[in-house]
Amino acid sequence: MDDQTSVILSRYPRGHRDCLIPILQDIQEEYGYLSESSVIEVARYLGLPSSKIFGLATFYNQFRFEPRGRFHIRLCHGTSCHVTAASEIIKELGKKLRIGPGEISRDGMFSLELVACMGACHLAPLMQVNDNYHTRLDPAGIRDIIDSYIEGEE
Amino acid sequence: MSLNTHIPVDKEYLVNNVLLNESADLPADVEKLLKLVRREKVKYPVIFVGTGSCGLISGAGETLIEINKYLSDRDLRADVVETGCTGYCSMEPVIEVQLPGKTRVSFKNVTSEKLPFVLDGMFNSMVPVEHVLGQYKSPSLELWKDVPFIGELSFFSMQYRNLMKNWGRINPLSIEEYIATGGYRSYIKTIRNYTHEEVCDIVEKSGLQGRGGGGFLTGKKWKVAHTVMADQRYLLCNADESDPGGFANRAMIESDPHRLLEGVIIAAYAIGTSKAYIYIRNDYRNAIERLEKAVDRARDYGLLGHDVYGSGFNIDVIIRKGPGAFVCGEETAMISSIEGKRGMPRPKPPYPAVSGLFGKPTVVNNVETLSNIPAIFENGPDWFMSLGNETSPGTKMLVLSGKVNNQGIIEVPMGTSVKDLIFGAGGGIPGKKSFRAVQIGGPSGGFITADNIDIPYDFDSLASEGVYMGSGVMVVLDQDCCIIDTVKYFMDFIQKESCGKCIPCREGTRRMLEVYENITKRPVDENGHTTLERFKGVMQLESLASVIKDTSLCGLGQKAPNPVISSLKYFRSEYEEHIFDRKCSAGVCKELRLFYIDVEKCTGCTACAPKCPESAIIGTKHHPFFIVEEKCTGCGICYDVCKFSAILVK
Repeated sequence: MDDQTSVILSRYPRGHRDCLIPILQDIQEEYGYLSESSVIEVARYLGLPSSKIFGLATFYNQFRFEPRGRFHIRLCHGTSCHVTAASEIIKELGKKLRIGPGEISRDGMFSLELVACMGACHLAPLMQVNDNYHTRLDPAGIRDIIDSYIEGEE
Repeated sequence: MSLNTHIPVDKEYLVNNVLLNESADLPADVEKLLKLVRREKVKYPVIFVGTGSCGLISGAGETLIEINKYLSDRDLRADVVETGCTGYCSMEPVIEVQLPGKTRVSFKNVTSEKLPFVLDGMFNSMVPVEHVLGQYKSPSLELWKDVPFIGELSFFSMQYRNLMKNWGRINPLSIEEYIATGGYRSYIKTIRNYTHEEVCDIVEKSGLQGRGGGGFLTGKKWKVAHTVMADQRYLLCNADESDPGGFANRAMIESDPHRLLEGVIIAAYAIGTSKAYIYIRNDYRNAIERLEKAVDRARDYGLLGHDVYGSGFNIDVIIRKGPGAFVCGEETAMISSIEGKRGMPRPKPPYPAVSGLFGKPTVVNNVETLSNIPAIFENGPDWFMSLGNETSPGTKMLVLSGKVNNQGIIEVPMGTSVKDLIFGAGGGIPGKKSFRAVQIGGPSGGFITADNIDIPYDFDSLASEGVYMGSGVMVVLDQDCCIIDTVKYFMDFIQKESCGKCIPCREGTRRMLEVYENITKRPVDENGHTTLERFKGVMQLESLASVIKDTSLCGLGQKAPNPVISSLKYFRSEYEEHIFDRKCSAGVCKELRLFYIDVEKCTGCTACAPKCPESAIIGTKHHPFFIVEEKCTGCGICYDVCKFSAILVK
C-alpha cells in the first residue's frame, strides 16, 4: 500500500460514500492523476466495487487517469474564447504538440486540457501553462510560446 | 511596510459593541473606530491591489511584488491591502492609492512596468492622469483636481451596487472590515428576534427570486422545507458556476466572501438546519481559499458553531469542491454529487425541499440569491421591493463579455433595458463594427437582436422572447461572429456535458450537433447522399428541439435546444445562406471556404500534395505549390498537414 494514499485515507476515518469525491480529489492533488492502484485502494477502503469508482471518476471532468506532462497546458474554450478563434488555437497546438485534448505528449513534456471557462473573458483567448498565463493569443504565435518552454527546459 | 494590514481591533470589543448592539446608531466612539477600520481616514498611504482571479491573470501578482519592492527600496511606510475585484475586467490590474487626507484614486491596467510611474506620481502629489480611472467621492476628504469621479464613468454610472458594494473596497479576508461595513449585524438581529417562519415571511415579502435562473420565490422554497417534518434538514449553496462566460459568483466569493457566508447562515436559520454545504467548482482555487479562510474567521468570531451567542442556534458550514460537471448546477444532480455518486438528476417530485440530500428536506440556493439576504434584513423587504421592476424585484449581477468595449461584471436593477446594458455600461462595440446579437444565459439561453434590444432585462420579459436569464452571462456578438458557429459551439458543449440519463438529451443534442456540422462543412459533391442528409437534418431541427425540450428530465436537457430555437427564429436568413449558398458571410465557418497556398511560406516540402484526396495540389519539390480552386473541396487535410502554416483560407 502506498504511504501517501494511506495518509489521505486516514483523514476520512468514518469512510462513508459521501467521502468518495473528496478522497479522489485529495489523491489527484497529491499525484496529479488517479492511478489504477490508488482507485483499487480506495475501493477496498470504502467497501465499494472499483468499477463504481471508475464509473464515478470518468463522469467528472476533473479526474485524470494519466499523469500530467511537465508542462500542463489548460486552454480555455469558453464562449468568448470561441468567438475569438480558440478553435484555431486548439488546432495549432495539436499540430505543434501532436496531441489532442486530454492527452500527453510521448516525451511526457506537455499535456493538454480543455477548460470550459477560466473566467477571464476580457483576455480571450487564453491558456495557462503550469502557473503562467498567456493571454490574447494569436494562432500564429502559439508555436513560439511552446518553443520558449522547450528551450527553457534545455 | 506590511501586507494586508488592518487596524488592530479587539475581537471582544467588536462583538460586544457592534454585533450585539442592536440599535441603529452606534455610540460615537465605536463609530469612530469603525471609520478607521473602513479606512475612511488613514494615517499612512494605503495601496490597494485587486487580486481576484481576473486581476491575477492580468498580472496583479507581479504588480503586487513590484509594489513591495518599490516600498522597501525607497524605505517608505505604506500599507498594502489585497482587495477583491472592482468588476471592471478590461481595466485589470487595478490598483488604488489613498493618501492621508485625500480621496482614494483608482488606476487602470497597472502592470508591473507601469507601477513605479504611478506611485512616483502619487507620492509627489501629482496624479499620473493617463493611468487614472477615477476617484471616489468622500465628504470629509480633499478631492484631487482634474480627476473624474469613478461613479460618473459610463461603466459605473448606471449600476446600483448592493451585492457588489464592498467589491474592490475592502480586504475580503478581513472579517473586521466586513463587520465595520455593517456585516453580520443582520444575522445576529435575525437569530435573536425572529422565528424561523418570520424569516421566511420577510424573504417571501421581499419578492426575491432564485438567481440561478429558475426565478422561483426563495421565501416560498424555504417555507416548504421548513414545514416538512424531519430530524435533519440541509441547506446547499450552489457555487458550481460552470456556464462558459459566467464568473460573477467566483468574483463574489473572492471579493466579499463574508456576505455570502452571512446569507448562507441566515438561510440555514430560516429553514431550521444546523448544516449548510457550499458546493463550489474545484477550478476556483482562489475563491475556495478565500472562502475557507472566511469560514475559519467566522468560526473564530463565534458566528459559526454551537449555540451562537446564546441564541440556541447551531450551525456548521462545510465546503465541498465540485469535480467539474455542468449538470451539477441542477439541484438534484448536485445532491447526488455530494452523496458521492455520479451527478445525475432525478425526477421531481419529490422536490428537494421535501426529500433531498440523504433523503432529508434540502434547500438549494445560488450564490447570488444568498448574497442578497443580508441586505434584505438590513434595509427591510420593502426596500428590496422598491429596486427593480414589478415582476422582478432587486438587482442582478451580469457578466458582459465578447465584442464589447467595457468587459466585466456589473450590477443593475432588474428591468434595465438590454440596449442600455450594452451601449451604456458596456460602452458599445469596439472598432466601429456593427452589433449583431447578444447571447444571454450561456448554453441554455438565447439571442436578442438589434430588433428587440430595447427589451427590459428581467425574468418575464426575457422569457417572453424565449431567452432564459441563467446566471447572467451576456456575450455580445458583432458582424464578425457567425451565429451558426456559435450555436454549434453550444451544442458541442451541451452534448459533452449531457449526463446521459435521458435519451432525448444524450442522443438528440448529438444529432443536433451533427446537423450543424453538416451545414458548416463543404460536401464532397452537391448531388450525393450528404446533401440530402443536410436538408433533411435542418428540416428536422425544429421538431427535434421540441422533443428534447418536452421529454428531458432536468433543466440542462429542457433548455438545451434554446439556442437552436432562438437562432432559427431570428437568423433564418443566416441558416439559408449556409445551406443554399454554402457561404459564411462572417467568414467564421472555415470549411465553407477555399484554401490557397502562401507562396512566401511554402517550402515545397511535398507534405500536402500526396495527401490531397482530389489531387488538387500541384507543384515541384522545393518550389511553392498551388491549389487548383476548381478541384478543391475544402476538406482541410492540406491545412492540417502543413508544418509551415503556408496554407491559408480565402
